Amino acid sequence: MLELSHVHKVYRVGAFGGARLRAVRDVNLTVEPGEVVSLIGESGSGKSTIGKMVLGLTGVSSGQILFEGNDVSRIRGFSAKKEYYRRVQGVFQDPFSSFNPIFKADRVFEMIRSSYFPATSDADWRQKVLDAIGTVRLDPGNVLDKYPHQLSGGQLQRLLIARALLLDIKLLVADEIISMLDASTRIDVLNLLADLKERGLGILFVTHDLSLGNYVSDRSVILRKGAIAEMGPTRAVFENPMHPYSRHLLSCVPQLHRTWTEVDEELAANPPEDVVLPTVGEDDDSAPLTEVEKGHFVGIDQH
Amino acid sequence: MTNVPATPGAADSGAAPEPAGERKVSEGLHFARRNPKLLIGTGIVLALLFTGLIGPLFIDQGPNVYVGPKSQPPSSEYWMGTTSFGQDIWAQFVYGLRSTFLVGALGGGIAFVVGTAVGFVAGFKGGLVDELLNMFTNVVLVLPTLVVLIVAVAYLDVRGVVVQALFIGLTSWPWAARAVRSQALSLATRDYVDLARLSGRRTWRIITTEIAPNMSSYLVMSFILLFGGAILIAAGLDFIGLGPANGVSLGLMLESAVAWSALQLGMWWWFIPPGAGITLLVGSMYILNVGLDEVFNPKLREL
Repeated sequence: MLELSHVHKVYRVGAFGGARLRAVRDVNLTVEPGEVVSLIGESGSGKSTIGKMVLGLTGVSSGQILFEGNDVSRIRGFSAKKEYYRRVQGVFQDPFSSFNPIFKADRVFEMIRSSYFPATSDADWRQKVLDAIGTVRLDPGNVLDKYPHQLSGGQLQRLLIARALLLDIKLLVADEIISMLDASTRIDVLNLLADLKERGLGILFVTHDLSLGNYVSDRSVILRKGAIAEMGPTRAVFENPMHPYSRHLLSCVPQLHRTWTEVDEELAANPPEDVVLPTVGEDDDSAPLTEVEKGHFVGIDQH
Repeated sequence: MTNVPATPGAADSGAAPEPAGERKVSEGLHFARRNPKLLIGTGIVLALLFTGLIGPLFIDQGPNVYVGPKSQPPSSEYWMGTTSFGQDIWAQFVYGLRSTFLVGALGGGIAFVVGTAVGFVAGFKGGLVDELLNMFTNVVLVLPTLVVLIVAVAYLDVRGVVVQALFIGLTSWPWAARAVRSQALSLATRDYVDLARLSGRRTWRIITTEIAPNMSSYLVMSFILLFGGAILIAAGLDFIGLGPANGVSLGLMLESAVAWSALQLGMWWWFIPPGAGITLLVGSMYILNVGLDEVFNPKLREL
């Protein structure tokens, strides 16, 4: 459904735009209907940039982003873009800045209505909104007709998901949607994503949190410095990490019942089997992937 | 859309039922009513405005008609005395106030419209559009405005209040454009702007419905400062003899008072009313502006 092929994003930086910053480097990945794909990476790994490019909020330097066969990075014109957003929507990291503070929170629903459903009657629309709010397991009485500052982060984040559900979307880009929530509301939102997946929605789940990626996704993509380090079925990536960077990342997750020394000792005692990583020349911008087992890829090692 | 029954989670409870809209408005009013600067400033500006609007209705002859005895000090018949040609200074004063307000509203209004339009587009669009508009703004900013005004007004055949206001408006907008641009630049990166894009909103609607309402206090204050600035520039032009050809304004009154040696002849009633009028009007506008700033900005409030 969504297919990124050889997507690059290069920013010009420095006083005269002389230097180049590779935010995203030769990324290839796909999202199928009913599949959750996690983009995992540290700050600056380019994961949010990929989300923004898929949503058409940032341009693509080179490469293609195909959604149902159409290149979305080349969409020109307001109405074509508007039609694209009818099927692809996003939810952002910070629920508090996703709402305009001077308006009531349910204004986000009205915006959808005035743009996409101007002909719907008031009663029908109200029912549709109530349905969507029910789907995200919120009580309409608690969230409608309120200002953003009166609602909690979890409520706002779920309102944004409900907003996306008002449209008949096929793909949801969820950019760090859990990171601003506290632990008790996290699991609600995660389970909600699982429900949406059951309905056949494709979800691109951007996160920096390994355990969240593990919990929710079918496939995981670990990014480093804009390039894919490792990609494959979540179980394979987490149980048998092949790329040195993924191994390092996984060893950095604190564990309740073990100290760092114990973890390091275990890692040293069982050196994982060596994989031959693909290599590229110094000036080569590409980042090839090697398939180590079925559907499990490793990428170049960058230092 | 399947409907999962609404099960309000733990996060749904605890939102205060208080209507925030009313609270916000009444909070603003609360501080506005207690702010002496705002009250005094508004009072004086409104009093002068009503004098300018209503005063001329009670005057039978035009402001430049020779109605009475020459060089009379203020009396019960001629409240502000007469000029050395027997013109009623009170009549000139109220008509002058009227044209002063007209110049301020028109000149300030034009500058405000041009400045905010340029600022919003530059700040919101960014990139090349921003570069070009910024360059244009800087060019107008460094023009020796007064010299250009003098030359332009001196060469022009039609010299009315409206033409004068037009010139003032078209030369005094750059700082407003720069101020609005910097604000728009920071607001344009907020998530709710991206969300509005995802809701299929056009750029100009995002600017008018998302960004501008968030800086309404800033816009009101720019308008007040531009208004006051336009009045001062107009008074300056009038004083050096480049005012409306056969009208009357506070600046023109000052000019003729000086031209006919009112100062040397001790006719204080000729030059004090227009001078005090301009000072009072612009001064109370600036005081009003400071008061508004304190009302809008919680950090400046004196509790």
